[in-house]
Parts: sequence; structure tokens; C-alpha cells
Amino acid sequence: MQLLEFQAKELFREYGINLLDSISSTNIEEGRKHAKQLGYPFVIKIQVPVGGRGKAGGIQKCQNDDEFELKYPQVMNLTIKGEKARAILLEKMADIKKELYLSLFLNRSKRCYTIIASSEGGVEIESVKNQIIKEVGLGDVSDEIAKEVANEMGLQGKTADGFIDTLKKLSKLTIEKEAELAEINPLAIMQDDTIMALDGKFVTDDNSNFRHPELQKYQEKTAIEEQAEKSGFSLVELDGDIAVVGNGAGLVMSTLDMLSDNGGRPACFLDVGGGATTESVYEALTLISKINRVKGILVNLYGGIVKTTVVAEAFLKAYEDNLIDLPVFARLKGTESEKAKKMLEGSRTKIYSSVEEAINAAVMGKKK
Amino acid sequence: MTDIFGLLKGKPEEADYKKKGVIVQGITGAYGSLHAHNMIAYGTNVVAGVTPGKGGQKFEETVPIYNTMQEAVNATNAKISIIFVPAKFFLAAAKEALEAGIKLLVAIPEHIPIRDTMEALDLANQKGAVIIGPNTPGIMIPELIKIGIMPAMPFKAGNIAVLSKSGTLLYEISDALTNSGFGQSITIGIGGDPINGTRLIDAFEMVKDIPDLEGLVIVGEIGGDSEEILAQRIIDSGFKKPTVAYIAGRAAPKEKRMGHAGAIVMGTYGSAESKVSMFNKANIPVAKRPAEVPVLLAGKIEKSD
Repeated sequence: MQLLEFQAKELFREYGINLLDSISSTNIEEGRKHAKQLGYPFVIKIQVPVGGRGKAGGIQKCQNDDEFELKYPQVMNLTIKGEKARAILLEKMADIKKELYLSLFLNRSKRCYTIIASSEGGVEIESVKNQIIKEVGLGDVSDEIAKEVANEMGLQGKTADGFIDTLKKLSKLTIEKEAELAEINPLAIMQDDTIMALDGKFVTDDNSNFRHPELQKYQEKTAIEEQAEKSGFSLVELDGDIAVVGNGAGLVMSTLDMLSDNGGRPACFLDVGGGATTESVYEALTLISKINRVKGILVNLYGGIVKTTVVAEAFLKAYEDNLIDLPVFARLKGTESEKAKKMLEGSRTKIYSSVEEAINAAVMGKKK
Repeated sequence: MTDIFGLLKGKPEEADYKKKGVIVQGITGAYGSLHAHNMIAYGTNVVAGVTPGKGGQKFEETVPIYNTMQEAVNATNAKISIIFVPAKFFLAAAKEALEAGIKLLVAIPEHIPIRDTMEALDLANQKGAVIIGPNTPGIMIPELIKIGIMPAMPFKAGNIAVLSKSGTLLYEISDALTNSGFGQSITIGIGGDPINGTRLIDAFEMVKDIPDLEGLVIVGEIGGDSEEILAQRIIDSGFKKPTVAYIAGRAAPKEKRMGHAGAIVMGTYGSAESKVSMFNKANIPVAKRPAEVPVLLAGKIEKSD
């Protein structure tokens, strides 16, 4: 999961990384109290799990009560890259000398953690210049390596010490929480040469969640996503109107791509896992029935040994139970497909022999 | 470099040529027993199973079950194992296998913590062993040996190597290849996790010198940069066999994990555009749909003739 800035900073604080004073809130009443506590001037920062907040107007300076009353609701009501505000962070204004970049990430092709650092931070990583890149095995950053990085960045004296300290703490945090990415951008050199983390990004490995009950509180899931997880499915909600269901992540992604190529807009990505049974398909339809914008369901199941009649039964039961009132466009590769077609005659589910046909039919035939 | 055919098939002078022994770890579980059964039905020489506490029993009245990998290896001398245990127990099972002398470890489970995979890989490197997966459908030489969970139906013996991050897309695309007359010399499931025991480039090294190889199919997906690195390797190595790629996830939103732990675009890292453009640079056509793969491959083969 990807933590919000204020959540990442909670972890940073716990590990002793220097931070400015800040408080998060979810409504303006709370925010007003925090404004008094913190004192002007401060920065109002939207909390969304995506980048590009500054450009979208999600970070605003605030000098007094009037500005606060105007800007807090403005920022709160923003939607950035489809993401609504989860919270608002008020953070003291900083007197910065220079902005650096620092991250530790899981380097997938090198199969180890890797440090990226630069003395020219504050912009998105793609535009960070003079990147210093160091591979560090399973994650332990030694004094020696930390010093090397500081040196290569041209840091000296107090700033170098502060940077080394921050890097080592960030590395400890990354290893202990099994993160895929820990990023501080910008990492600032203040006027008094101390080092401060002004932003924080932290992505954990969901598969290690069972070892980290302390991170549970950061888990953000919609009711539907939670239910999907319980069923052992992967579900990602999207903003279109055709639900896409299949078995296997690659196959479902491929179906999304083809649907989009043909002018359709997916409402969700739903992977029911390797096999397909009456129960799992019925469960998938139950989930989809809870997504209001869905106008049609596109099913793409590939199973060498899946009986399509078993899947057909799930559709029939879903109509019978009034679970769904939607057309289903299904491509079912498996055995007994002729029999399945017969079973579904007269129902709102149509079976197609190729995924291309099913997609065309879905785009043309979804509920108006 | 790994002689994957040596491990899977052996040499004609060896007594167990074309019937290399395979140990199934977690053979009594629902998943393990189903696939042990299917592998045996396919012709794979499953010589032992391991389930702690069930030693002395037999699987389907023929395959002896042991409590530990060490016992199973001592009794059978097998060099291959396939793991079906729940993700939490993977690291312990993998260590046991590697310590016992397993040289090819096929890691089926999904949801293994990255740190556990990295630790297992570390040990595998020390022991000179290869891990396929995790989160993989497995590896097979069609009509000879199947070590994995793939259905038999889509595959046919032939001269095309298929490397795939996805399971069902591997079946889908192999099926399309088979129907167009392209059998497969080997198929390797890379796996859908961020960290792969055998990366795309490693798998490429395993197959690139197959004597009768007629073509290579790469089935990638969003996330990471292993496709880009492979494309660069293909350029650098001057590999000339007809090659076609497919990339799933062009329409996926950024920063969202699409089913596979590894299928996530962060910024531009892992994007489909980046992969497609690198393949284009390597003069490798990228199919828009799975069904287009054999068409593009046929075109490439025709040109190369």
C-alpha cells in the first residue's frame, strides 16, 4: 500500500527523522484548532496517494485566518488524478537553503535495495538531475556508504552529518517495515544547515502485511475491495461502465486493453484467480452488482479444464436471484461450451467464441 | 550459465534421460495434490512428495511421502522440486530444498513477501541453484515434462520458446501459437512478482542457443523494467531469431497494482509505452492482442527465410 504524506511522516518521526511541525485533519473545524496550535504562516497540503499535488493547486501557503477560511475548503474539495482528499495536513512554513532528493527503493532488475540521491531535489524524480545511484543489497546502508553518498553530493560539515543520519534512519525504517519505496523529496537543508524531510512517500509490500500489524491502520480499502480480498480476488475500481472479469491478472489486463482499444471504458478490473467455479463467478457478480455505474459485464475466462457449464450456472443463478439485471458478454474457453450456450439461451448472457467478438458486443450492447 | 535442458531433460547417456525426478513440496495439500496428479498424468516423473508429519505415507498409492526435503533427496537423488506451500511458509520450504541440494526450484505460491524471495534467491545463488517464480505457472517442455500448474491442452512440442510473466496469458498465447502450427520447445513462467528468481534476461540466456529454435515469444506486462533490459540484451547480443512480444496493461491506470504484485506503474517506471518503445528499438513487433502473436511471428519467420 501507498501511505499518505502525513502517514509516512508518522513513521519518519518514529524513526527520528527531522520534520517540521505539522498536524493532519479531515474537516475545517478540526483544521481551525490546528491552525491556532501551529500559528501562521503555514502550508495547507492535500493528502492524496498520487504525485503532482503542487501543480494541481493542492499545496497552498496560508498567512492568516481569512486565507485559511478560503483555502482550506478549496484544497479539501480538489480531485487530483481522480483522487479525492483523504485529509489535510497543515505544516509550518520552512526557511530553506537548498532542496535535495533522497530515496531507497527496491530495484527489481538488480534484486536489491538501491539509494537514489541528488543535490538537486524538489522536482519529480524523472527530472532530478545528477542522480547518485548506489545498490545496497538487502537494504542495510552502512556508515561508509552513507558517507560516500553525502560526499558525492558535495555535502560538508553539519549538513553532511545530518544527511548521513537521515539516510541511515530511512534505511532502518525501509528494512524494518519491508518497504518497496521510501522517498523524501524534497529533503531540505535549512538556513541553520540542519536537514529536514519536507515530504514523504512510502510504499509497503502488501504481501508482508501479515508481519506488520502496526501498519494495518494505514490500510485504505473500499468496502468492495475488502470483500474482493476476502474472496481471494483482485479488484481495482476504474471509472468506466463495463465491468471486466477474468481469471489471471495478465488475461484481465489484456482484456482491459482490448476493450479500451475498441472504445469501451472499463468499470473495474476483477481477477477471480486461476480457476473458475460456480461459486467464484457468482461471488464476482455479487461484487459487480454493488458498483452502480456498471452497464454491462465482460467476462473473459480461459481455463484448460474449466467446464463452461459450471460458469453458465453462475450466470443463471445470478439472474434468478435478481443479483444482476445486466447483459453479460462472455468468452469462455473451456469444455462443454455448446452445452453452456444452450443453457444460457433466452437469458441476458451471450457466449462468444473469441474475446474480440465479446468485446465488440459489450461496447455495442451495454445497457443504455 | 544455467543449462536448463540439462536439468529438465538430461543427456542421452544418463540413466534418467527424459525422466528426471521431481519432488513436490506440499503434496498433500488441496492444490499440491491436484497438480501432482496432473503432472504425473502429463508424464512428469514425480518421485517423492514432502509434507512434515506425513512421512511414510504414499501419494495415490505410488509416490512416497517424506517429512523433510533432506530425506526425500537422499532417497531419490532428485535435483528438481516444486513448491506448493502457503506463502508464509515458502522461505522455510525453499531453504530446506536448497540446503538438501535441489538445483531447480519451481516456486508456485503467490503473495510471498519480497524480502523472503530475496533471501531465498541469495541462498540459491550461493548454492548454484535456479529458482523459477515465485507466482509462476511453472516451466515445461511440451510433451516431455511439466513442472507447474498449467493445463496440458494449449501446449504442443515444437521450436518456439515462450517466456511469460503471466500464467493465463501464457496459456492463451501458447494456444494461439499451437493452433497456428507453432509448437513450443520450452515455456518458462517468469512470474508476476516484483522480484523474479529467473528474470526475463536469465530466461532468454537459457533459451537463446537452442539448436532448432525457430522463434521467441515474450509475454510481458506493466511494472518494472525487465522487458526493457531484455530488449537491450537482444540488441547487444545480436540475437537474430524471429522474436515477437506482447505487453499487457496498456490501459491500466498508474500507481495501481493490477492483480500481480509486480504489475504497477510508478511514474514512468514500468509503463507499457516504455516497454513497447524499447521492443520497437530492438526491431521486435509488439502484438496488440494475444491472437495477433502468431500472425506477427509468421511474418517475422517469412522475412527471415
